[in-house]
Amino acid sequence: MTGLLSDELLANIGRTSEPRREIVTRRDIRKYAVATGSKIAKYLQGDVAPPMFHVPLFWDVVELDELTPDGVSVDKLLPKFPLERAMAGGLEIDYLRPIHPGDWLTATRTLTDIYEKHGRSGPLIFYEVVMNIEDDEGNLVIKEKTTRILR
Amino acid sequence: MNPQPAVGVALPERVHAPDTVQLMLYNAILWNGHRIHFDLPYATEVEGYPGLVLAGPMLGDWLHQVVDEWLGDAGMITRVEYSNRGATYIGDQLTAGATITAYDPQTGELSLDVFIKNEAGDIVAPGSIGAKLYG
Repeated sequence: MTGLLSDELLANIGRTSEPRREIVTRRDIRKYAVATGSKIAKYLQGDVAPPMFHVPLFWDVVELDELTPDGVSVDKLLPKFPLERAMAGGLEIDYLRPIHPGDWLTATRTLTDIYEKHGRSGPLIFYEVVMNIEDDEGNLVIKEKTTRILR
Repeated sequence: MNPQPAVGVALPERVHAPDTVQLMLYNAILWNGHRIHFDLPYATEVEGYPGLVLAGPMLGDWLHQVVDEWLGDAGMITRVEYSNRGATYIGDQLTAGATITAYDPQTGELSLDVFIKNEAGDIVAPGSIGAKLYG
């Protein structure tokens, strides 16, 4: 093992973002359904949100000068990693209840793990971010775990 | 039409061939300004891609759509797990499909293997979906 992960880096595990509260609108649901090529009427009409609608709802909105030259918003939850080239990642999502226009939802993201593995082409860093999305009554609506790989 | 679940059944496939307009609208609703999705000279000359790169989560959405179209109003998707295995581009023709791997008629719970494959037949986004038929 090369030991890329310092204690200082690993101390970031457990770090949590400020909760973000957003409202679901019929218009945003409709735009998302159209853009994804959906053929499902209840989504195209915006009566109920399709799965993965939380992705546009909680994508970070930052000001232009906070974007990198390639147009990416820097994820402030993450520390600086010793490897930076992102490879394909994975997603796990639990859907506990449907989302409708008028719903206020609050998302909280937590950096839940950082670990290292050795691939054929050298060391890889994995990290996991869990996003819990709750309604105003505190009921969990969606739980999402993202795993990303850096090389 | 009600879904007729049985282990081994393959759901109707759906072909997606997104153009630049669809990809722009998708990234606009996300508020995703990553140039590889809309700036062709940047994507090809700076990043070395063969074309404009499709957004990974859009393929994730298509995995859901195959199952959701089949479920209709008879049930809902409760869980998904997938990964993006390789980059895909404007001009690609991508096919989304699913096969039922488990079904419990008592609870209505279903499991499906889902995939997006390219024209060469390579799986570019494998995954699985859990769903529940309403009683």
